Amino acid sequence: MSEPAPIPPQVVTLESVTVNYGAQVALRDITTAFAPGAIGLLGPNGAGKSTMIKALLGFVVPARGRMHVLGLDVAQSPLEIRARIGYMPENDGHIPGMNAVSFVAYCAELSGLPRADAMQRAHEVLFYVGLGEARYRNVETYSTGMKQRIKLAQALVHDPDLLFLDEPTNGMDPAGRDEMLELVKDLAANKGVNVIVSSHLLPDIEYTCRSVVVMDKGRVVAQGPIDSLKQPRGQVFELRVKTPDGPGPFVATLRAAGLECHATEDDVMRVFVPGDGGAHAVFALAAAHQVQVRHLRPSVPTLEDVFAQAVGEA
Amino acid sequence: MPIHDQGYRRYSGTRAPSGRAWSVIAAAGIRTLFAKRAFIGLLLLSWGPFLVRAVQIYAAANLPQAQFLAPDAKMFRQFLDQQEVFLFFITVYAGTGLIANDRRANALQIYLSKPLTRVEYIFGKFAILLTLLLLVTWVPAVLLVIIQVMFAGSFSFFLQHLFLLPAITVFSLVQVASISLAMLALSSLSRSSRYVGVLYAGLIFFSQALYGIVRGITRDSTMAWLSVPLDLQQIGDVIFRIEPRFHMPIWSAFLMIALLIGVSIAILERRVRGVEVVA
Repeated sequence: MSEPAPIPPQVVTLESVTVNYGAQVALRDITTAFAPGAIGLLGPNGAGKSTMIKALLGFVVPARGRMHVLGLDVAQSPLEIRARIGYMPENDGHIPGMNAVSFVAYCAELSGLPRADAMQRAHEVLFYVGLGEARYRNVETYSTGMKQRIKLAQALVHDPDLLFLDEPTNGMDPAGRDEMLELVKDLAANKGVNVIVSSHLLPDIEYTCRSVVVMDKGRVVAQGPIDSLKQPRGQVFELRVKTPDGPGPFVATLRAAGLECHATEDDVMRVFVPGDGGAHAVFALAAAHQVQVRHLRPSVPTLEDVFAQAVGEA
Repeated sequence: MPIHDQGYRRYSGTRAPSGRAWSVIAAAGIRTLFAKRAFIGLLLLSWGPFLVRAVQIYAAANLPQAQFLAPDAKMFRQFLDQQEVFLFFITVYAGTGLIANDRRANALQIYLSKPLTRVEYIFGKFAILLTLLLLVTWVPAVLLVIIQVMFAGSFSFFLQHLFLLPAITVFSLVQVASISLAMLALSSLSRSSRYVGVLYAGLIFFSQALYGIVRGITRDSTMAWLSVPLDLQQIGDVIFRIEPRFHMPIWSAFLMIALLIGVSIAILERRVRGVEVVA
């Protein structure tokens, strides 16, 4: 029986990490740390989330900087790290010609489990991710949602201490998405598996994680516990206006005045007003530009506000 | 809470140290191929010449009228020559998809997220092809030597041809290793195993055709090094201590095979990666 390895206070650390793809800079001098538990890696497409995970896995070598995963240096101990982590890639991935149970057992064997244990774990994990009934089907015949689940199963089968989930709900229907998020939450909360969830979907991160690292254009633009990031450093208002040219010019006016603003559904904008000025600044700008305010209501900051503000500042 | 909550528990059993994943890859690959009837049929067919040679050895050992069939080093060399056609078909059948299919299914990122190196991955794939091709060349050739000793009831032939087992082993390894590496390199170049098959056939037949044209013009076999199969034949003749069939210097054949292996390794080093970077 193997003794479980201790989990360090920070499961992942990056120090001044820069990653280039040819002339393209994918990660720019990133310094951050991921605490144990479920951490979200949030950012729009192209922010560098997947690149960060690939660098941590050793798939891409940084131009400079140092990275540690579970206390081990990525440059010096890549195999030890990969033995203790699981990776669910963003794209579909499977071993051709295998059914689900063979594929997952094979992945366990590749991670060093004896064949009998690998097969037993494969069955257990496939039931856990909800593929128990379909475990003898060829993976190539699976639906998109099932392929997401099998990717989670292969990442989980060798019992990793840390899971990297890259866009885990991609292409899933609403029910499947809810189940996947429930699984991620359960792994982190009840099974003692540390999880880093990379996603551009705010609700996914907000539902599964307590802390978040927000990225944009290859930089970390905000990080910390979601609750503390949502603490107001100003006020958030829901705003609806009536203008002859549509809300676009007024949004530009608000932004030019230093008020972060983003549109939501039903032509309602969310405006972040820093400091204690309240709605006066919004009314003043509306009056100055002859814009009719039809609706203005104080609101509670959401992760979306944090994200929009962080990305807006980057 | 979903019902499948009951299924997952932490693993506290043993784990093999890293460095053995290649054997997992090789064993799984070989099992997958042996599960295919077409492959079993092809393998059985490739043992046809072995049966013919076994009968020849039996007749030479037991029938005075068949003394002219008595085996010599040349017979073993000819046997390995005959196996080349099966070598080609098994290489195409088993080898084209080895890396191409993994690339098509994005399996490389799965493999390389496990505790194994790129070298281990390539060696595991290489071991699949190496094993299967040795089953068509080295194994039957060595069995023929053993059968000769058994049917003759003495070790005299074996002792007179002590170089035979090392020759069979060295030639089979040179032949099979170079072919396997070339096929793996080609397989890493594409996501389509059919396209890889065409590339491999092109490598074999184009180099043969090129040599054929040059020979037609010069009426000399000095340029036989242009053809990979002919390089291997020349090397085989030298290893088996028989008159080389082409006028090319032996070093040129060795150089070409070394070049083929070097280029194949360079391609594999470049193509087998967890992430494809298009700069």
